[in-house]
Amino acid sequence: MAAHAGTGHLETSTGLDNKKLLMWLFLGSDCLFFGSFIAAFLLYRDRSLEVCRDLLALDPTNTASCVFASDTTINVSGQTFMFEGLWDIPFTSVSAFVLLMSSVSMVLALAAIQRGNIRNMQVWLLTTALLGTLFVAGQAYEFTEFYHAGLHLDTNLTGTTFFVLTGFHGAHVTIGILILMSIFVYSLRGGIQQKHSLNIELAGLYWHFVDIVWIVIFTLIYLIQP
Amino acid sequence: MTLAEYRRKRGEPVLSEEELHAGDSHEGHPSALEYTQIGLFLAVVTAIEVALYYIDLDHTLLVVILMVLSAVKFSAVVLWFMHLKFDSRLFSTLFVGGLALATTVFVVVIAVMGGGLA
Repeated sequence: MAAHAGTGHLETSTGLDNKKLLMWLFLGSDCLFFGSFIAAFLLYRDRSLEVCRDLLALDPTNTASCVFASDTTINVSGQTFMFEGLWDIPFTSVSAFVLLMSSVSMVLALAAIQRGNIRNMQVWLLTTALLGTLFVAGQAYEFTEFYHAGLHLDTNLTGTTFFVLTGFHGAHVTIGILILMSIFVYSLRGGIQQKHSLNIELAGLYWHFVDIVWIVIFTLIYLIQP
Repeated sequence: MTLAEYRRKRGEPVLSEEELHAGDSHEGHPSALEYTQIGLFLAVVTAIEVALYYIDLDHTLLVVILMVLSAVKFSAVVLWFMHLKFDSRLFSTLFVGGLALATTVFVVVIAVMGGGLA
């Protein structure tokens, strides 16, 4: 980029801000990242059932790997095994709602700074970070519950793919919270003005992306069960 | 020498100052009230999704309805909250390109290796 003489404006060959262009490129590539993990979960969820059935055929007392998302009944050599599902839909629905509302507060923060209202931007940024923290706390609680119920990273392929997928999503949310809090603290020190609204917009793009990823995960992983 | 200067020297068209900053323009963006209304709409759609989960529907029908509702929420956030509806088409191309590639990988993996939503 080079400065236009006398204007102080920056010029790019595309006519668009390079930071924003790079952010969209990153988000496009991140779609592949999460798309692959979601596909892996849907692929291996059913394989866990087959592995459990094979192990029960060998030893009917070996139920350690038989931990599933939804209520599951397996018939092996005339014996019926019933396993209670782990997913807690009401709890996850509240988590999904919290993350969705954090997207609203994020876009309100952007609208505030675009109007030059720094105070409102700070309030909405903090609200977004708090809602994000609530979501991550809920995820930590859910992981703990699943762990105590016997679903570990190495219990079966359901556990492996589920924890990797939702764990990476939780890591994205955590990074987003750190970005938001950094901007919030910087703005308290007077470092954010209306002319810096693009920085808030970039943080917002990242935040909305983790929200849309959860929209897909919530539907495909939690609500649609075999 | 920047790419823009190089293109100008060769007589190729280079974006004007106004066009350059068109991507940073906030004109046409929704107001705070409209953002809140979109948020309310998203909350209602989520509530419908959860309600459908508890209704004893045919599984295929349930999958189709849930995926349509999910796509509606996804699109609403991308178009209005992420401003793709108002921003440069280059941003849309980058994002939709990645999304299309991810969807293709997803469909191919599920179709070839089994598993899925049923």
